[in-house]
Amino acid sequence: MSDSLSKLEKRTAYTLVLPAVLLVFAIVLFPIFANTWISFKDIELKDIRIPEPRAKKIVKSISGNQSELKIIYKLRNSSLIQEIRNVQFQDKFPKDISPINLDPRCNFQSKRVICNFGNWQAKHRENFEITIQNNNLKTIDKKIIKSQKPILSGKADNPLLTTNFTLENFKKVFYENNFVELLLTTFYFTFFGTVGAIIFGILAAQLVNQNIQGRTYMRGILLFPYVGPVVALAYTWTLLLDPNSGTLNALLVNFNIIDTPINLLGQKYITMSILGFEFKLRLALTTVIFFEIWRYFPLAFLFILARLQAIPKSLYEAADVDGASPIQKFIHITLPQITAIISILFMIRFIWNFNKFEDIFLLTGGASGTRTLPINVYQQGFAVSDIGMGSAVSIVIVMLLISFMIIYFRLIGKRANES
Amino acid sequence: MNLKSLSIFLIISSFFLTCILSIWKIMATLQGLSFTNLNTTPVFLIGMLLSLTFVIIGNKINHLIKIFSLSFIFSILYFYLNEASPYWYILGIFLITLFFTNKLKKYSIHSLKEDFISEKIIFDFITLFGIVFFAFVILFPFYIMLVTSFKTQIALLVNPLDFSLDFSKSLTELFKSYFVIFETYNFGRYILISSAVSIGTVVVTLLFAIPAAYAVARLNFFGKNFLSTSILIIYMFPAIVLVIPLYTVFSQLGLRNSIFGLLIVYTATTLPVAIYMLQGYFKSIPKEIEDAGIMDGQNWFGIILKIIIPLSLPAIASVALYVFMIAWNEFLFSLMFLDSPKSFTLSRAIQYLSGDAETPRQYLMAGSVIVTLPVLFIFIYFEKYLVSGLTAGSVKE
Repeated sequence: MSDSLSKLEKRTAYTLVLPAVLLVFAIVLFPIFANTWISFKDIELKDIRIPEPRAKKIVKSISGNQSELKIIYKLRNSSLIQEIRNVQFQDKFPKDISPINLDPRCNFQSKRVICNFGNWQAKHRENFEITIQNNNLKTIDKKIIKSQKPILSGKADNPLLTTNFTLENFKKVFYENNFVELLLTTFYFTFFGTVGAIIFGILAAQLVNQNIQGRTYMRGILLFPYVGPVVALAYTWTLLLDPNSGTLNALLVNFNIIDTPINLLGQKYITMSILGFEFKLRLALTTVIFFEIWRYFPLAFLFILARLQAIPKSLYEAADVDGASPIQKFIHITLPQITAIISILFMIRFIWNFNKFEDIFLLTGGASGTRTLPINVYQQGFAVSDIGMGSAVSIVIVMLLISFMIIYFRLIGKRANES
Repeated sequence: MNLKSLSIFLIISSFFLTCILSIWKIMATLQGLSFTNLNTTPVFLIGMLLSLTFVIIGNKINHLIKIFSLSFIFSILYFYLNEASPYWYILGIFLITLFFTNKLKKYSIHSLKEDFISEKIIFDFITLFGIVFFAFVILFPFYIMLVTSFKTQIALLVNPLDFSLDFSKSLTELFKSYFVIFETYNFGRYILISSAVSIGTVVVTLLFAIPAAYAVARLNFFGKNFLSTSILIIYMFPAIVLVIPLYTVFSQLGLRNSIFGLLIVYTATTLPVAIYMLQGYFKSIPKEIEDAGIMDGQNWFGIILKIIIPLSLPAIASVALYVFMIAWNEFLFSLMFLDSPKSFTLSRAIQYLSGDAETPRQYLMAGSVIVTLPVLFIFIYFEKYLVSGLTAGSVKE
């Protein structure tokens, strides 16, 4: 009895879960495997269309003879690189109309012209003509003839499914793609974006956790950048930072803080001198990192605030009795309570920043030294149209992500063992 | 000891006052006042003077009288030290000083002798300063977005600092950018498409997620643990990695440029979060209520429909709002899959507009305001639900 019940339970569970699992599998997991497949193929954006035979029908009257018409079909192979095999052609005509001098590749039966064109090479083009006549020598209506569209079919390989593989893409990724700089930029962006967001998150949470008036409003306002649409926010920042008529530069010039406007998003390096040491700062990248911090510190803030509010008040009261200073209270009570949430946040934000595409794409498009790995996927795949190469970069991203996760879980496991 | 904490108090408080007054000056500059100097040094000095008089006077006179008279004197001093400015600006200075002196209330010569007073002063003012700073830094871009949409390109090129709105103009003149983007750039259509995609995503996601979450929360089956951990890992997988394979497959299936294609992708990417958030809530519903349902001869469909859903409406609402916001804000997939202006979503349309360097910026900002407003309204109105959802679901973007 209970056995059949648990069987029923299982069956119910699978019916309930399956639709969601299948959908996620098709859209999220399948592409990851597909990426691996594509990354070993020499394939470009224009190759992904399956080649198909096409025909354009042109109907011409023959002067002095109303009962005959000449039809020209402009035939072509849509693909520039692949052949189509066994092309079949079919066109239908109204009754009482028959072709004259039909091409030997074709035959006419039950009001249809059916042709067998054999194989078409890539870029194949030909003008194919049929002359038709009305059997009763009446005038043929051009429009009716023209309105009938020919049907073509043929077999072609789907270039995605062929089995010729190459390592070329990965060679290009590592040797011809400034790979080291790409990786460094990505890590620079990811690391400082993450750390910055967490530091500002701690500050903001600490502030809002004090007893101030309008605390809930403040929490709401602090989350604005996080919930706003990235397109709107990125363009607002671009306007704000614009060197020619952007508000920020105009303000700085107006108050004589700088002499000439700085192109914050379009300049790769800026030379700064501090205490006589000159060093170069990645300007555009730093600006993008600031945008990133501005947009994502609210998430860190929210999590840390939730944690702070869960710390028992009695801990602080006890510290007051012991005569601890505010800084001592922060270091000895608050910090230990939030380290766990900070390490989780660091992990989550690190991975998401590592994958961040939209923000950089909208602010700089990957120019002036802000080319990170995800931007490179887009550039290779869609700007250079090299799908195989783009996939190879994606695979590099996936590999790095998997290794981050392994390192992270190792560290977490270690800490769990120690405590 | 006393002298040290007094000087720290004077420096910190006056520094704070100078910062707020500078922000006020910047905001006033953006209203078209031609200030060219922040004048921080004199403001800092009279600020110190103000704090000093405040603690010296102490409790000798009534607090209200004290702060009003001190603020008044400060404003007059400020007026003479700075370039000519209209009365509303000085009024602002007066109100800020009033706020500031009111905050000084708890400090007196005696309180400056307490333990750790310098640390406390620093913490107090950093808190105040932090709140002003965060509010300013966050709201400023939104403010610029809004006011730019009411200006004209020429006015902004002539004086990029003048964001004052001319209310003497007719309303149609003021809202001109909005009329233009609706009439010439077809934003009405994009709003419809964005709404259709987002609402569609919410409905389909819930249809898939509620049964799945119920199964994960309540039923025992092989692979359950694997499923619940993989939900978390799928979260982490980046959209950019999915883009190329989906692009190629969607091209071959003719799903690009279709709302349906977008809907499938959005649903699949939000499903893991939705399931994760819902199953947590379902687990908190007492099991006895369901047992009663089973006794009544309900099958699982009946249980979900008649017991689970009515009981978890708040959680479902928060998931729905959350999924709506993700779908509404989504950009990457709409960039990849939509090429034809006929099927653009709002985000994609704004990006398309910006691709043309000739597009005046006020149109771009008007578009941005239109795409931002619904999300902010939803967020402000349902903040409570959303915040609990955000922390529970640890958020997919």
